[in-house]
Amino acid sequence: MGKTIAEKILSEKSGTDAKAGQIVVADIDYVMVNDVTGPIAFREYGKLGAGSMFKDRMVLIPDHYVPNKDVASAEQAKEMRVFAKEHGIANYYEVGKGGVCHQMMIEEGFAAPGRLIVGADSHTCTYGGINAFSTGIGSTEAAVAFATGRLWFKVPETIKVELTGKFRKNVGGKDLIIKIITDIGVDGANYKVLEFHGEGVSGMTVADRLAVSNMAIEAGGKAGIFPCDRLTEAYVKDTVKGKYAPVSADSDAVYCSVLRYDLSKIESMVAFPHLPSNGHAVKDTNVKIDQAYLGSCTNGRIEDMRIAAGIVKGRKVCPDVRFLVVPASQRVYRQMLDEGLMQVFLDAGAFISGPTCGACLGGYMGILASGEKAVSSTNRNFIGRMGDKDSEVYLAGPEVVAASAIAGRIVVPDELEG
Amino acid sequence: MTKIEGKAWVFGDNVDTDQIIPAERLVSVNLGRLNDFIFEKVRPGVAQQIEKGDVLVAGKNFGCGSSREHAPLSLIQAGFSCVVAESFARIFYRNSMNIGLLLIECKADVKEGDVLSVDTSDGRIVDRSAGKEFKFQGHPPFIARLIESGGLVNLVKEGKF
Repeated sequence: MGKTIAEKILSEKSGTDAKAGQIVVADIDYVMVNDVTGPIAFREYGKLGAGSMFKDRMVLIPDHYVPNKDVASAEQAKEMRVFAKEHGIANYYEVGKGGVCHQMMIEEGFAAPGRLIVGADSHTCTYGGINAFSTGIGSTEAAVAFATGRLWFKVPETIKVELTGKFRKNVGGKDLIIKIITDIGVDGANYKVLEFHGEGVSGMTVADRLAVSNMAIEAGGKAGIFPCDRLTEAYVKDTVKGKYAPVSADSDAVYCSVLRYDLSKIESMVAFPHLPSNGHAVKDTNVKIDQAYLGSCTNGRIEDMRIAAGIVKGRKVCPDVRFLVVPASQRVYRQMLDEGLMQVFLDAGAFISGPTCGACLGGYMGILASGEKAVSSTNRNFIGRMGDKDSEVYLAGPEVVAASAIAGRIVVPDELEG
Repeated sequence: MTKIEGKAWVFGDNVDTDQIIPAERLVSVNLGRLNDFIFEKVRPGVAQQIEKGDVLVAGKNFGCGSSREHAPLSLIQAGFSCVVAESFARIFYRNSMNIGLLLIECKADVKEGDVLSVDTSDGRIVDRSAGKEFKFQGHPPFIARLIESGGLVNLVKEGKF
């Protein structure tokens, strides 16, 4: 009987014949923590009294509340800085050289095809977009991974997602994943993996795949894994650290269910408050907004910035809207400068900040007041997610966010005049 | 094996980690008092009314969202003896087991304030106020060992990992 990608990677890393349902202890390639989850992990590591530390496999990335939001977050960021220094951990990314942790894990070449990566952040599943088995964990298990280089996993069942066709203009990965979550629900893939197949995959950009994998967790998924192809290889070749070995599923692998999507039929989607599964076709909606947010580990990549700039170019942000543009890393920020995108956004009247998770999680730099509505390229629209409990977050892709910033209500780019 | 008795606090489906504890509270200075902030956006004031041993009862997909360990930690600090839910989100489940918050997967149709007794040895929840009883399955061996050790750190220290 054949194996899924998840079963293959977990077999290889645990040295067992791993099958869905079993619990295995597997070697991890990397373990990542951020400034929110790191401090608890450091405390728990201390409690372990371990003589060992797998420093080369540890990656520490402050991103949630840096640059420091206030004194409390400054103290927290300091804890991480001190821990990195005291233990001589090389993979620490200071403000000015870093960005949103998942973007950094990819840019810095930690994430790569076939690897097993864990991170104390739920969106660690992002790297499935480049064929890694990556999943979110808690701080205590991160501490155990620091000390032992391994972790326990329940080998997940896998849902096969067959993709055909090509996206229409101004439709992308974000629209697909909102559609999938709307169809299967926020627990539709709980404890499971979404594994993507079919000729539709090869027509998707890697950025689109990363956006899809990023939100696998919003369906409860443990991971969302794409095959490795020429686009993947080209995407990682300049930055990847060390060797890697792509993994594909066996043709006779066993899946718990199969979903099929024709990409040419996917419409521009928006997920209404307060769950990512409240998806609607944008054309059927009429929502006036106060803020548009472009950024995050879901859609803060250079590809997203290019798409949005293409829509915004030569237009002005609606006077009633604050348009926040937050590149996911210093590298994306620099590329935006080099490509003239900063000029486009500034001319339109957008606010551009350096990389941070910032307002995505209701941290800072764009918090919503009561009654305010935001269209956002982020991944969660829970109650009070970006601010007051009576504010509302509408999730959409970069095309819809950019167009909505101009129109002042949630629209597709085709609705813009001129 | 554990025997628990406590008052029920009832929540619905898809209670996410932002509802349990909002992101803006996730700073180190709050680590000793996370319980002060639980459910503050969705049920303000509830944090102050919970008594030690109380039982949180919820529907499907409890704990969905973030990997913040602050979520189960805040419930432990609040005094909850266990969480009974129809299903749990994966990361919340792992985090809870790893830090010693008892989770029980069970669809328990109870009312807020009902007095529940939970017995993990025979997999039974008795609603003493309503005279109802609910059965649940035990945990798989690895998870049971984790619970008995009181969490992952202890399991590692005992050399069982």
